[in-house]
Amino acid sequence: MAETMQLEIFRYRPEKESEPTFQTFEVPFREDWVVLDAINHIKDEIDGTLSYRWSCQMGVCGSCGMMINNVPKLSCAVFLKDYYPDKIRIEPLTGFPVERDLIFEMDDFMTKLTDIQPYIIRKEGEERSLEEGEYIQSPAELAHFKQYSMCINCMLCYAACPVYALDSTFAGPAAIALGQRYNMDSRDQGRDARQEVIASHDGIWECTFVGECSAVCPKHVDPAAAIQRAKVSSTVDWFKDVLIPWGKKK
Amino acid sequence: MSTYHRPVSNTWWLKRKTYILFMIRELTSVFVAGYCIFLLVLVYKLTQGADAYGDFMAALKSPISVALHLITLIFVLYHTITWFNLTPKILVLYRGEERIPQGLVAGTFYVGWVVVSVIVAWLVLGA
Amino acid sequence: MAKSNEPIWWSLFSAGGMVAAMIFPILIIITGILVPFGLASDDPLNFERIHTAVTQNNYVKLIFFIVITLPLFHWAHRFRFTLVDVGLKSMSTLISILCYGGAIAGTIASAIVFWNI
Repeated sequence: MAETMQLEIFRYRPEKESEPTFQTFEVPFREDWVVLDAINHIKDEIDGTLSYRWSCQMGVCGSCGMMINNVPKLSCAVFLKDYYPDKIRIEPLTGFPVERDLIFEMDDFMTKLTDIQPYIIRKEGEERSLEEGEYIQSPAELAHFKQYSMCINCMLCYAACPVYALDSTFAGPAAIALGQRYNMDSRDQGRDARQEVIASHDGIWECTFVGECSAVCPKHVDPAAAIQRAKVSSTVDWFKDVLIPWGKKK
Repeated sequence: MSTYHRPVSNTWWLKRKTYILFMIRELTSVFVAGYCIFLLVLVYKLTQGADAYGDFMAALKSPISVALHLITLIFVLYHTITWFNLTPKILVLYRGEERIPQGLVAGTFYVGWVVVSVIVAWLVLGA
Repeated sequence: MAKSNEPIWWSLFSAGGMVAAMIFPILIIITGILVPFGLASDDPLNFERIHTAVTQNNYVKLIFFIVITLPLFHWAHRFRFTLVDVGLKSMSTLISILCYGGAIAGTIASAIVFWNI
């Protein structure tokens, strides 16, 4: 007798309903299956209309983020056997508008990533020409920001963040961590340019250090720490500006 | 074709244990403020003379005072522990390529806490 | 470039949080358990001793003042965000005024009390 388990999945088809519903599917239980395998099975064998994002199946592309029993996870990294025989509830990541079924609109996130200026910025006149060769960086300098470069843009951190859920103007964990990745890169000189986003009211100062972003991050980026460190450096800047106003201005 | 915006309930923090613990951590600040007021009243009583101060000190023996102190202590200890445990997130130190272990950073604060507590106890009770 | 004035409140919040974390537990044990139950050397918090300690030394007053007022700002900042987090964001300006105003009021009250000892 083949074992099965139930997946209760969020459905939303804007062309035929104005409110989402939940649909329960019965899938085979296999020891080595992850939630994504079960969802692919549903699409292949039961209901081809189920819509969702996925790609690499190995936790590096960041496409398959979903709420699994109310916790944001990569569906390719969650084993059915950890929930069997209980029912699993699957919803789109919290905090984002839903386009269809498990597909959410990520435009806001994409805008935030570009706003943070995620590239090496050099001061006027300090660009190295090709002839001058590459920017030299030691392993120790790399170690300082490497963790923040591991982000796969899966948005689990945004789904875990109650501040973002309440107010989507918040820059959010991944965007700020990405900003810090460049701020802490020894080759970069663009920290001041990024402060417009980072040190604003919608930036780090909205964060209340819940810490869930870091808890759910599949790549151990620790965006919460990135944000708190930005609070410290921004505060030091602020005091410098206030106490030493005659200092060098940009 | 419209996108659907899921409403966020104001009791979002009740939905998961980690969120509940977060909210408890945030509420410790109320007990911190409460003890500040207590200390302020204590100092105020000092300005009101030996009798008023003595009455205030005697009231510390009442069951209500002890109960409030114990509840406050539990919440303040929760603040202390969560506070120190978060210090390694903010204080990120490197020795070359190696990051100073997080346990060491937090541990230093705990040790500092014991030292400060001993000094405060000595000053307030003994010296 | 000062993008926002949050840093001042966050600094006070951090300083107050550290003061509360380090010093409050032992103080609470003293005023809540040791002294009421007579577990410390005979009546160390008696009027004579404490009044003398506070009045004869301005540093004692200053430290006491800091121990009382900084954690008030810790409460103000944290409580403000707690109220916002439970959905009161629309009232955030009023909340900020009440919270930081409360801490400032407590600071002024403390200053007056210490001035008058």
